[in-house]
Amino acid sequence: MAAGGGIDPIHQFEIKPIVGLRPFGLDLSFTNASLMMVLIVAAVSLIMIHGSSQRSVVPGRLQSLAEMIYEFVASTVTGVMGKDGMKFFPLVFSLFMFVLMANMLGMVPGSFTVTSHIIVTAAFAFLVIGTVLVYGIVKHGSHFFGLFVPSGVPGWLLPFMVLIEAVSFLSRPISLSLRLFGNMLAGHIALKVFGGFVVALLAGGSVLGYAIAPLPLFLAVALTALEFLVAFLQAYVFAILTCVYLNDALHPGH
Amino acid sequence: MPVRSSRFVRQGWAGLVASALPATLLAGAAAAQTPPLSGEKAAFPPFDATTFTGQLFWLAITFGALYWLMSKVALPRIGSVLEERADTIARDLDNAAQMQAKAEETAKAYETALAEARKNAQGIAQQARDAGAKASDARRHAVESELSGKLATAEATIADTKAKAMTNVRGLGTDVAVAIVTKLTGKAPTAAEASEAVDQVLARG
Repeated sequence: MAAGGGIDPIHQFEIKPIVGLRPFGLDLSFTNASLMMVLIVAAVSLIMIHGSSQRSVVPGRLQSLAEMIYEFVASTVTGVMGKDGMKFFPLVFSLFMFVLMANMLGMVPGSFTVTSHIIVTAAFAFLVIGTVLVYGIVKHGSHFFGLFVPSGVPGWLLPFMVLIEAVSFLSRPISLSLRLFGNMLAGHIALKVFGGFVVALLAGGSVLGYAIAPLPLFLAVALTALEFLVAFLQAYVFAILTCVYLNDALHPGH
Repeated sequence: MPVRSSRFVRQGWAGLVASALPATLLAGAAAAQTPPLSGEKAAFPPFDATTFTGQLFWLAITFGALYWLMSKVALPRIGSVLEERADTIARDLDNAAQMQAKAEETAKAYETALAEARKNAQGIAQQARDAGAKASDARRHAVESELSGKLATAEATIADTKAKAMTNVRGLGTDVAVAIVTKLTGKAPTAAEASEAVDQVLARG
């Protein structure tokens, strides 16, 4: 975990190649991050595909879990977007499960948190905003840009409002990606720092060190619980905001 | 040892702050200065642009696979299972409601049949009673008329006998009167005188 015996809270975010792949001068190596992505897909597939393979009317445990997740995401999607929002259900579901599983598997000590890399969260955010733009323009044409023109605003105020709406729209992918990235990064650093304090205090061997060491240990335990909450919450927030943004593509105009 | 460990912690923090701040502003530039995937301490890993291509590549593959698996296999399957369950439950409830309606109908029919049967039974009993009463009445009438017939015959016989007896008594009276008069007077009255005298006595009572 820690390089050279020291405790480096950044080390856990390092990407290490497992199998080197460099076609056309591009670094496409299979890394620890790639491994975690494959594990995420495997874990989600285990629950959702293996869990539903029985197709029983009276479900077993794993099928109950799969159905609960399905209904949870489905109710979120229909709650925000209405019945016609179900056409985006596979996208929202895949995003939610990928992010959730990435956050949860990242909590396993020694593993790697895929969502603590901004390129991953940014890719998801741009996927969402790209879907909003493409679907909105294809479905509604120029009417889609009515999104930036709030109704009932006096004429002289309209340019400012359009500017504000445009900036708010363009900042969505940034806030969407930074929120998830920042939460996961900060949480894992905080955990590592408090864990490091315990090790440092105990390694000192002094009586005072031993006396104080339980404090950061307790904090690390409490933070772990908090991080599990954050892991779920951020996945849920990501899914909800995805629904809210996609709703603009489905029903543009205020 | 403790000093070194905490120094590493502090270095970690310093490294985070030092590398994160410029990297946020100039991720590409910061990454350009770093040797790709080397073991040395380099840029803050999340902003190391040399890893971006590979991460995006593998993310596209894995997320694409997940999306395909979910949208083509898992979600339709679970959706159909849920729908099937909802259908089954609705059908079962429907069946139960139908059964209940049928049971209620049967119960009602049974009640009606029972009431009818009761009414019929009462009718039959009444009829039987009426028939019995009529039959006994008829028999009584027959017996009564027979008896009254017999009574009338008997009364007639009595009257006849009485009349006959009375005639005999008159003849006897006449004879006795003749005999008495003869004995008393020594002179026999005529039969006509005697019978007239007897008639007078009988009429007197």
